[in-house]
Amino acid sequence: MTTVETPPTAPPRKAATVTRPGDRIFSGLSRGAGILLLVVMAAIAVFLTVRAVSAISKDHGNFLTTFEWTPSLNPPVFGIAVLAYGTVVSSIIAMLIAVPISLGIALFITHYAPRRLGGIIAYVIDLLAAVPSIVYGLWGALFLVPHLKGLNLWLDDYLSWTVIFHKSDPNSAARSLLTVGILLAIMILPIITNVSREVINQVPKMHQEAALALGATRWEVIRLSVLPFARSGVISASMLGLGRALGETMAVATVLSASPVLSAHILDPVGGTFSQNIVAKFGEADEFGRDALIASGLVLFVITLLVNGAARLIIARRKEYSGANA
Amino acid sequence: MKLQRKSGLRALTVGAVAITGALVLTACGSDNNDNSSSPSGSSQPSASGSSANAAGISCAQGQILASGSSAQQNAIEAWVRNYQQACNGATINYKTSSSGEGIIDFNQGTDAFAGSDSPLKPEEAAASKKVCSTGTGINIPMVGGPIAIGYNLPGVSNLVLDASTIAKIFNGKITTWNDKAIKALNPSATLPSTKIQTVHRQDDSGTTDNLTKYLGGAAKADWPYPHAKAWAAKGGQAAAKSSGVSALVKQTEGAIGYFELSYATSQSIPTVKIATGASQPVEATTQNASAGIAQAKVVGTGSDLALDLSAAYTTKADNAYPIVLVTYEIACDKGNKASTLPLTKSFLNYIASDAGQQQLSAAGYAPLPTEIATKVRSTISALS
Repeated sequence: MTTVETPPTAPPRKAATVTRPGDRIFSGLSRGAGILLLVVMAAIAVFLTVRAVSAISKDHGNFLTTFEWTPSLNPPVFGIAVLAYGTVVSSIIAMLIAVPISLGIALFITHYAPRRLGGIIAYVIDLLAAVPSIVYGLWGALFLVPHLKGLNLWLDDYLSWTVIFHKSDPNSAARSLLTVGILLAIMILPIITNVSREVINQVPKMHQEAALALGATRWEVIRLSVLPFARSGVISASMLGLGRALGETMAVATVLSASPVLSAHILDPVGGTFSQNIVAKFGEADEFGRDALIASGLVLFVITLLVNGAARLIIARRKEYSGANA
Repeated sequence: MKLQRKSGLRALTVGAVAITGALVLTACGSDNNDNSSSPSGSSQPSASGSSANAAGISCAQGQILASGSSAQQNAIEAWVRNYQQACNGATINYKTSSSGEGIIDFNQGTDAFAGSDSPLKPEEAAASKKVCSTGTGINIPMVGGPIAIGYNLPGVSNLVLDASTIAKIFNGKITTWNDKAIKALNPSATLPSTKIQTVHRQDDSGTTDNLTKYLGGAAKADWPYPHAKAWAAKGGQAAAKSSGVSALVKQTEGAIGYFELSYATSQSIPTVKIATGASQPVEATTQNASAGIAQAKVVGTGSDLALDLSAAYTTKADNAYPIVLVTYEIACDKGNKASTLPLTKSFLNYIASDAGQQQLSAAGYAPLPTEIATKVRSTISALS
């Protein structure tokens, strides 16, 4: 509105006040869409909270520290300790693997690869994103699990002293949190790579040319001008990936050998995640069992919120240093 | 970014089209429903006048919804195909989900009948009275089957185990294949010292429930857990669904797991013969399972035909396989909806008939033994 009023000469005065029906309809529609979203979200939140609270109030175990998930027992006992641990650990493993690789791919496409090769790689990465997660799960269970056995034994042989890489039963199949983490890493690679690539493409050419003019090598250009500018973008890309890793369902349910055991050994076939537990238990659950599962889903929701909040904090703090200073 | 947004927009468009399409389709669906339910009312006399057709099915028309157990999925699919081929104008829509979901659907009044791996619990039966206005939900045993214990042990082809060794294996008390207890049952086999990898279901399942019922019934001393749909024992590996368990057994040397017989035959996984005390160890076959189920007793009251399988678990009869499960169809004894009753009755009559039950063996299920089948047929005829 204000922009229309500032140039006084060009349009005659009626242009400033006219609102056509299209304007009104469109603003009404978009406002309606916004309100509808809020109403739907509120309805979902109320529904979930009510069902979850009713389930937790009947829980005879401690909802936060119990390992078992047996809401059908009398009295019902269920808790999220194993699920929360498994979700967080598998996602951390996925991030540790996926973020450096994605960043590498993104830098390769933008700064090292010949243009045509970069295009092909970007295309292949996009293809990875289009594979349904159940297909990843089947591939994981039938191909990745048998082929990771060697890596598992190697880790157990040489790194057993770290406790983390200790395998209690060397014969057991590699249906562990580590395998899940590796699979999740492959699944979140495309989204992190794509967003990082777009962000890196936004780095001003002037900065890079200035660095080159000062005698910087290609690596120094990336270190001094590209990475500082792209940092906050890469962080938010990683958070998008993390969101997917936290909530991934079918692939985890197909690969992981779930059991209510909380173990620091990430090679052992034990553990569970929120979504895996929901998909495994939902089918045969009665009304109360479903309420209990909804409660666990709410916890996942809260964890995701916290993670996103943390990411926004990091980005907000970095903002002043990125771009402008680089 | 631009690329991202564009594809997002496209996804949105596709989604919108899909949703509109679905809406249009469902609208059509419910239209059809209305149209066909009135003819079904009018054609009811002719249907119950039982003009049996070539396939020996006395047809009814209309459309019914059913849902529930995936354990009987293959059987129901074959039956529905046969029935719909023989009977024009009949649509039976069995949504395969799970027993729990089937019972929830039934008690919400959306199903004409539900399929379930286990009979209604007392509170579920009480809830069914709301849907069956004048009657109550009853369990009609329909599809039996053996639960096979499959193993992967190269060089060993005729493994024999009994209830107590199976319980000890799955409970982690027997950990290697050359354990004394296994050797005693297989004197002629050369058993390796491989560690036993037990595989169980990670999802809640009627198969687990029935296996643990068997272990609790036949080897009480070695199986300390109550029967449940969730696996209670410690140790071992978990896989999703019977397909996941059988795939893991197939790919892991030294593994042992449990699943419906059809998974073993289709992937040629060898199955354990059970030493029951009969003259010969009993193999997991559909015929032997029928003989096992024949030991069961009806414990349901009135028209309810819920079975107690505990006599089957401990049977010593020759060629009676003890690890069996029976899945039920759940319907109202009285107070079925007038619009769905003729077709429900006609379809259930067909699947309980000799012609229907004979279909079962081919799919790895066990036909009902004669005595139970007779009771089932008279119960179905009395549905109203």
